[in-house]
Amino acid sequence: MANRLRTRLHVPQPPARPGDRTDFSYLKLQPAGTQPRPDVKVSAQATLPLATGLVRVLDDDHRAVGAWDPHVEPEVLQAGLRHMLMTRIFDERMQRTQRQGRISFYMRSHGEEAVSVAQAMALRPGDMLFPSYRNQGLYMVRGRPLVDLMCQLLSNTRDMCKGRQLPVMYHWRQGKIFSISGNLATQFPQAVGWAMAAAIKGEDHVASTWIGEGSSAEGDFHAGMVFAEVYQAPVLLNIVNNQWAISTFQGFAGGERSTFAARGPGYGVAGVRVDGNDFLAVYAVTQWAAERARKGGGPTLIEHVTYRASAHSTSDDPSRYRPKDEYEHWPLGDPVERLKRHLIALGEWSDERHQKLAGELEEEVAVAWREATKYGTLNEGPRLDPDLMFEDVLKDMPEHLVRQREQLRAERG
Amino acid sequence: MARMNMIQALNSAMDVMLERDPGVVVLGEDVGYFGGVFRTTDGLQRKYGEHRVLDTPISELGIVAASIGMAVNGLRPVAEIQFADYIYPGYDQIVSELARLRYRSAGEFYAPVTIRTPCGGGIRGGQTHSQSPEAIFAHVCGVKVVMPSNPYDAKGLLIAAIEDDDPVIFLEPKRLYNGPFDGDPGKPAVPWSAHPRGEVPEGHYTVPISKAQIVRAGRDVTIIAYGTMVHVAEAAALSLGLDAEVIDVRTISPLDSETLCESVRRTGRCLIVHEATRFGGFGAEISATVQEQCFWHLQAPIGRVGGWDTPYPHAFEWEYFPGQKRVAMALEAIMSAG
Ligand SMILES: Cc1ncc(C[n+]2csc(CCOP(=O)(O)OP(=O)(O)O)c2C)c(N)n1
Ligand SMILES: [Mg+2]
Repeated sequence: MANRLRTRLHVPQPPARPGDRTDFSYLKLQPAGTQPRPDVKVSAQATLPLATGLVRVLDDDHRAVGAWDPHVEPEVLQAGLRHMLMTRIFDERMQRTQRQGRISFYMRSHGEEAVSVAQAMALRPGDMLFPSYRNQGLYMVRGRPLVDLMCQLLSNTRDMCKGRQLPVMYHWRQGKIFSISGNLATQFPQAVGWAMAAAIKGEDHVASTWIGEGSSAEGDFHAGMVFAEVYQAPVLLNIVNNQWAISTFQGFAGGERSTFAARGPGYGVAGVRVDGNDFLAVYAVTQWAAERARKGGGPTLIEHVTYRASAHSTSDDPSRYRPKDEYEHWPLGDPVERLKRHLIALGEWSDERHQKLAGELEEEVAVAWREATKYGTLNEGPRLDPDLMFEDVLKDMPEHLVRQREQLRAERG
Repeated sequence: MARMNMIQALNSAMDVMLERDPGVVVLGEDVGYFGGVFRTTDGLQRKYGEHRVLDTPISELGIVAASIGMAVNGLRPVAEIQFADYIYPGYDQIVSELARLRYRSAGEFYAPVTIRTPCGGGIRGGQTHSQSPEAIFAHVCGVKVVMPSNPYDAKGLLIAAIEDDDPVIFLEPKRLYNGPFDGDPGKPAVPWSAHPRGEVPEGHYTVPISKAQIVRAGRDVTIIAYGTMVHVAEAAALSLGLDAEVIDVRTISPLDSETLCESVRRTGRCLIVHEATRFGGFGAEISATVQEQCFWHLQAPIGRVGGWDTPYPHAFEWEYFPGQKRVAMALEAIMSAG
């Protein structure tokens, strides 16, 4: 019987669902040190091999190998380890406070700390960052006091957002970190605009932005890519491919037949796919892309291959849609552990020092928490003045809001 | 008859329609395997397969646009937008395309798409999980806009929406998913099983679109509300000992002005209550309609209560929410006038 060809609707299937064993062979890995590092002014089209391959620096023996080794000083690596560990400890502690009902909601960046920390460290303080909700490592690198972050999470009297935003939706103008939106992907083309302004003003600052692989399906992604290419904007466009978008795996965002980084050359934008759990690789790729941008070479799309090791948020239960032990089989490991092992291999770190550091950071977080809660929590202690609700809608309060503020005062007696 | 909460009632509506009509498809972010972040589509993919209940990429633009294309090709898509606050990337496709297709093609093309989306606050969701955008859809000619306030209506209206040949924006007050809510967050939650409108037929039935419902008959004042505010308004009127007539609008557009105005002509007083911001809110349209049709019967200025004209703030959720106190103060002003 002749095979009749006909249309069919393809439905992407994740490698595993609860009860299955995940086979990560779909990932297309390659050994550390095997990717060439082209000149930063290489054409966007010529980056296709970088966009489909995988830049890795740390090998299985925890050594830094190959052309992408950034050769950074051990002190820098130790600082990176500290920031990543701090991010993780902070996340764990804040998750617990949510469970205790002290904050309303939380989102961890567990397993993907390098994506934020290594990139922020490889950029300059004058560079502007446009994060998603899973980039708290940026705040650790740029040095925002923990108390300030906690007060935002608590919506308390010292909340930088004055009680207006959900937890984790931080902002920091002075530290050059843009206000986080709850609406996905919006920051991506905004970063391009910021970078265009830097170029218009003749400054050598670059912008950097992060978007989840799931969110890259939004139209904002396309607009960002097109503007970045057209104006050759000095911008780093990061797709954090942590394999999952709530319950939906990366195949539903277009990751089944192509890498996310490979979209770059399609738009005329350089593309690089990097091991997002390899601190050195992320650092090196960031340096490359930032130098390219600063030298007028335009934008780079960077796909960070990583894994969302914890739940999407405190409202999510991933055991409903993926195997509980999936992370244990994740082939790219844990970014904290890998950098730690590398430093130990270099003779610049030890398990004892690591333990001690972890203890210090936990204490730092605990001390900050004690201070932050003095300024109020969701349910106890001092509260923000509800009058604040009516401010900042517009620069000057319109007359109808003045009236509504009065009305609320009367309502509250 | 079965006891259902609103999520189960909505799920049952889609189940019934997937069963009855092979053209019905359900699509949206996380709706398939997972069954939706609010579990509204739970079990449907297992029952009807991956070609009838589809997980989609995260693109509201894509969800609406693909639904239009499917509808034009003979299907009846029921699209979920995960939160009403995230509908805006699809707004152009709704306003410029979905709503105008029938008109611009002189009826040759039309798209029977239902867009379901959870709306409203009261769940500590902050400004991006709390919005009530009904007015910005009511202002668009060519889409119907529906917002139920209980499980019975939710199922009947959703079936009616799916069967309707016109596009329907179906707004689900998420604070009501698990039980009626009278505006007092301090009180223990009440389940739908204890409420008469939590009794829902298992099979097919419809609640007509464009029909408001008098949920409580009264003589002193007409309170016009929809969604969560139906329950809040009723409780506020009770707390004042008023014999208020409470009307659940149910369909925002096209509006059943006859039921509203007939009531106001009887009571002579009118308060409109919604959770959305007041300025340019749908209450203004209702107020204008009532004024035009009932002017000579009014004994007091028409009152309007809504959320303040600010984004929904995380820390001040209950100061923002138009609770019983705000409604009661407005009722007192109306009752003491004239
Ligand atoms: C415009 C918009 N649509 C939908 C949502 C709901 N939502 C929040 S996070 C999320 C998944 C995002 O996944 P991904 O982009 O991969 O980022 P990750 O959470 O993995 O970091 C969804 C659908 C939203 N916040 N905004
Ligand atoms: Mg993701």
